[in-house]
Amino acid sequence: MASGEQARLARIKDNLVRRARIFALTRQFFQEQGFLEVETPLRFPAVAPEANIVPLLSEGWFLCTSPELHLKRLLAAGYDRLFEIIHCFRKGERGRHHNPEFTILEWYRAGGDYRRMVEDTGELINYVAQGLGLGSRIKYQGQEIDLSLPWLQITVREAFRETVGWDPVAQHDPLKFDTDLVTRVIPSFSSGGPTVLAEFPAPMASLARLKPGDPAVAERAEVFAGGLELANAYSELCDAAEQKRRFAAEAAQIEKERGQTVPLPQNFLEVLSHLPPCGGIALGMDRLVMLFCDAASIDEVLAFTSDTA
Amino acid sequence: MKIEDVGRNTKMLLNGIPFNVDDVDFMKPGKGRAVYRLRLRNLKENTVMEQTYHSGDDVEEVEVSSYEMQYLYQDGKSYVFMNTETFEQYHIPEERLGGREKFLKEGTTAVVQMMGEAPIAVNIANFVELKVVETSASTKTDSLVSQNKPVTLETGTAIGVPAFIKEGDVIKIDTRTGTYVERVTGKK
Repeated sequence: MASGEQARLARIKDNLVRRARIFALTRQFFQEQGFLEVETPLRFPAVAPEANIVPLLSEGWFLCTSPELHLKRLLAAGYDRLFEIIHCFRKGERGRHHNPEFTILEWYRAGGDYRRMVEDTGELINYVAQGLGLGSRIKYQGQEIDLSLPWLQITVREAFRETVGWDPVAQHDPLKFDTDLVTRVIPSFSSGGPTVLAEFPAPMASLARLKPGDPAVAERAEVFAGGLELANAYSELCDAAEQKRRFAAEAAQIEKERGQTVPLPQNFLEVLSHLPPCGGIALGMDRLVMLFCDAASIDEVLAFTSDTA
Repeated sequence: MKIEDVGRNTKMLLNGIPFNVDDVDFMKPGKGRAVYRLRLRNLKENTVMEQTYHSGDDVEEVEVSSYEMQYLYQDGKSYVFMNTETFEQYHIPEERLGGREKFLKEGTTAVVQMMGEAPIAVNIANFVELKVVETSASTKTDSLVSQNKPVTLETGTAIGVPAFIKEGDVIKIDTRTGTYVERVTGKK
C-alpha cells in the first residue's frame, strides 16, 4: 500500500512541479493587470441553489461550491478587479475530469462582459504557456493545439444545429442538451485550438444576464480545449428581482428532485442591486494543469484525490 | 440502486438481462446534469454495449455469484452441471454455453454464474485438451501448417487440424474460436 503510494507520487512529481509553476504564473498575470487577490469563506450558511450541483454539508452550513456570491458582494462594495484561487466541493462529481474537491480560479471585472472575460482567458492561457516555455503550440492527448488568439467562437445554437441537428434555444430540453453536449457536441470541436461556445439558452442563464436585443439567449460562454471544459463566463446579472426568481425556481427543482429545502443566500440578494455591470468567469485550475501536463485524468495532476485522501 | 452508486463490476439487470458494468465514464457539464456512460457486458452472450444514464436514474442491481461446477452429461438440449461443493445439479440450456459446449468433456469443471438459483452463463476454460478419436488419411500435398484435415474429437465434435495429427493424439483447442492450437502428446 505505502509503496504503491510512493510510486504514484513519484510518477506524478513532474506534473505537481508544473502545477505549482502554473499557479505562480496565474497569480503573476493577475497582479500585473492590477487585480486584487482575495480569500472568501470555504464554509457558509447558503450556497447559490443549483439543481445540478450538490453541496456538501458541514455542521449545518455548506462547503463552498463556488466563490461567486462572496466575490460579487465585494464587487457590490466597490472592489473593481478581483481574483481568487479556491478549493470547491461538489458532491458525487468523480470521473476522469472530476474530483469532488477541486480548485477554481475565478475573476471579475467591473465594466466587463462575458466576451471580455473570454479574452482575459485567452491572454492568461498564452501567458502561462509562454511562462512554461511552451510557446503557443502544445500537445494534448495526441492533438496539436494552437493556443494563439483569436480562438474559434461558435454559438450554442450553431454548434447544436451542426452536430446534433436541433436548436436548443428554440426547444428547451435540458436533459437532451447535457447528454448531446458531452457525448457529441464537445467531441466535435476542432482539436486544432480552443473553442468558445457562446450564448447559452435563456433557461440555462444561471447567474448571467440575458442578451440585450435577444432575450432567448444569455450572455454566457464556455471555453473548451482538447475536450476539456475549462471555463464558464458571464455578463453578470445585476437584477436582484430576476436573480431571486431564478434561485426560487432552482430551489423548487431541488426540493422536487432531492427532497431538500435549501436556504436562499439572503446576504447576497440584499446587496445585488449595488453590483455594477461586470463580467465574471470561473476556470478549473486542475483542468488547466491537465492541459499543460498532457494528462488524460485529473488523478495525474492531484497529489491526493477522493480515492487516495 | 441509483446510477451514482454504480461502479466497475456492478451487476445490473436491463430488460431482464444481466449485465456486468465493465467501465463507467462520468461526464458532467459544470452547470449541467451528470451523464454516466456505461460499458455493459451481457453476461449471457458476452457481448458489449454502451448505455447512457443521468444522475438520479435508477438501475436494477442483481446479485450474481460464481460457482465451480463439474459437467456431468448432456440431456437433450441441456447440459447437466453439478456444484462441486453442494452437489446440487443444474440443467443448463445449450444457448447459455455460446457454442463452446462442443469442447466440453464429461468430468471437466467450469465456472457457472448464477443469478439466485438460475444459471445465466458458463465460463468454459479458454483452452482445453482433447483426444482425437478418428482421422481421415492424410495426403502428401497437405502442407504442415494448413488445418484442413478433418478429425473427430472425443466429444464427438469435428475440427480441422494439420496433416500430421494422428488418431490418439491429444490436441489443444481454443474454445473461443473453436480452432486447433497445438499438439500436446507426441511433442518432441
